[in-house]
Amino acid sequence: MLQAVGVSVVAGGTRILRDVSIGMRPGDLLGVIGPNGAGKSTLLHALSGARRPDTGEALLDGRPLRRWRPGDLARRRAVLAQTSVLTFPFRVLDLVLLGRSAFAGRASRTDDLRIAEAALRETDALHLIERTYPTLSGGERQRVQLARVLAQIWLPDDGGHRGQGRYLLLDEPTNNLDIAHQHAIMAIARRVCDVGVGVVAVLHDPNLAVASCDRVCVMNAGEIVAEGPPATVITEDLFAEVFGIRVAALLHPIHGRPYFVPA
Amino acid sequence: MVLAIDVERTDHKRRRRTRFYLSSFAVSLVAAIVLAAGYGAVAIAPQDMFSILASGFGWETAATVDDTQRMILLAIRLPRVCLGILTGAVLAAAGAALQGLFRNPLADPALIGISTGAALAAAAAIVLGGAVVVYLPAVLAAYLLPLAAFVGGLAATATVYRIASRDGRTEVATLLLAGIALNAIAGAGIGLLIFLSDDQQLRNLNFWLLGSLGGVTWVKLLPTIPVMAIPVLWLLTLSRQLNAFLLGETEALHLGFSVERTKRLILVLVALSVGAAVALTGVIGFVGLVVPHMVRLAIGPDHRIVLPASVLLGATLVLAADLAARTIVVPAELSIGILTSCLGGPFFLWLLIRRRGGNMP
Repeated sequence: MLQAVGVSVVAGGTRILRDVSIGMRPGDLLGVIGPNGAGKSTLLHALSGARRPDTGEALLDGRPLRRWRPGDLARRRAVLAQTSVLTFPFRVLDLVLLGRSAFAGRASRTDDLRIAEAALRETDALHLIERTYPTLSGGERQRVQLARVLAQIWLPDDGGHRGQGRYLLLDEPTNNLDIAHQHAIMAIARRVCDVGVGVVAVLHDPNLAVASCDRVCVMNAGEIVAEGPPATVITEDLFAEVFGIRVAALLHPIHGRPYFVPA
Repeated sequence: MVLAIDVERTDHKRRRRTRFYLSSFAVSLVAAIVLAAGYGAVAIAPQDMFSILASGFGWETAATVDDTQRMILLAIRLPRVCLGILTGAVLAAAGAALQGLFRNPLADPALIGISTGAALAAAAAIVLGGAVVVYLPAVLAAYLLPLAAFVGGLAATATVYRIASRDGRTEVATLLLAGIALNAIAGAGIGLLIFLSDDQQLRNLNFWLLGSLGGVTWVKLLPTIPVMAIPVLWLLTLSRQLNAFLLGETEALHLGFSVERTKRLILVLVALSVGAAVALTGVIGFVGLVVPHMVRLAIGPDHRIVLPASVLLGATLVLAADLAARTIVVPAELSIGILTSCLGGPFFLWLLIRRRGGNMP
């Protein structure tokens, strides 16, 4: 189980997270939504171990993240960051193989290549392997980076996990993507979740969260203001209260879940 | 439909290309060694070189060897060649490692002030060391110069890093400006030391400012060989970490690397080896900048290749530059630092112009 217990984070005198507690199990698909500056990314960083909470604790299987060795942690959870700073002309295949860093000496080169190939195929980016990263479009970059984090934790048969729960943290994975790729990314998240990986996705679009997540957590001003199944949590009132916008709910003609449009 | 691309074939192709480049760099290094050892006021043919070395191991060959040649090769040329190889390897590996660590292709030990910091400390040891050396234990006194250079290099590295890093990111402009400021401060310090020094000290100081491989002996070289060779070999083992750093420090952590420990380790290794190299050769600029760039232009940014290739190419270039420095104005000798700056300066400008065009080399 990956959880945050009473986590607070202070930066520059401002409290970015205020006593936040949330937990997830392998196989969950949890969406985190909320307005800009609500603390969504900071929560993700606390759950990944990149940001040490000022008070409270983030734990994996009951053990504080700061007590995990980075390598052991990396075999259990992967993180797709919001932005990438990579400006060196790295080849796509080498970039995806970087996702296998924590398995150096544990998996063979052939295994690594097989897993990289499967991850690239999953994100529909296999045709890009000979390209260099800076020459890719925004959407292609996102798919290649997603393939990298998938290669890190996705395949259950590569020896490193032995049935232990694995987690994938996605920080606004659908940013800068066209509508087809947004849904493609969430479909991948769903498939990853179906093989038993716990997925947390910070999402900007509440409708996307309603359509794709099992559970949502709504943040506002550093606090979790609502949590539960999207159908019960995301309502017209919530939009008014958290996002400050009046909306009307339509019923989606195919999957039957609500779809919110500005009123 | 997407083409069925064979990932393994792509990988094999990459490795074949890598082997090709690494072996051609190795061949050019061997050629440079033979040239540098054989060329000069007294020429030594490769077969004579072989005979001298063979007889050195107690293995007599048919050829008779001139004693002057033997003396020149063993006592003058070889230590100089060894120093050239080590210095080139150190500067290039340090440059490649710093560029990876700072995620910035413009980092270079001299450009960001590390070499100058080391030179200032070494110069202080030359001019002021005489006053303190009598109070030091003999071992420390013997190593005062490389030690001072190391401390100077480390202090400069730490300063630049602290100033330019914020929230785990390193600002390109701040880094270079901090380097300029450090170079100016160190330059002023060296100027002050020149003012304070006597004639003999002044001659020694001049050597630091321009850089030279001349005058090295086995006695001076041997103690510093491990200080240069071990950090370079160690840096070669950190290539996967450096690759991960290119994605950002947080990403490197997420990939499973101990980011802070790796960062400190790299800075110490760079300061140690560059300090030792500067202690023996003075400031030789631009090698650390130019060599990794040439390698990246040829074979891409993967540090598993960039680091070993930079070591080979750096050693080759310094040997070639030294050979030119001591032969183009015979019987005098040019400073190697002048030569590397003559080549490196324009190269640096070309890089800036290219970057302005939006191409990251």
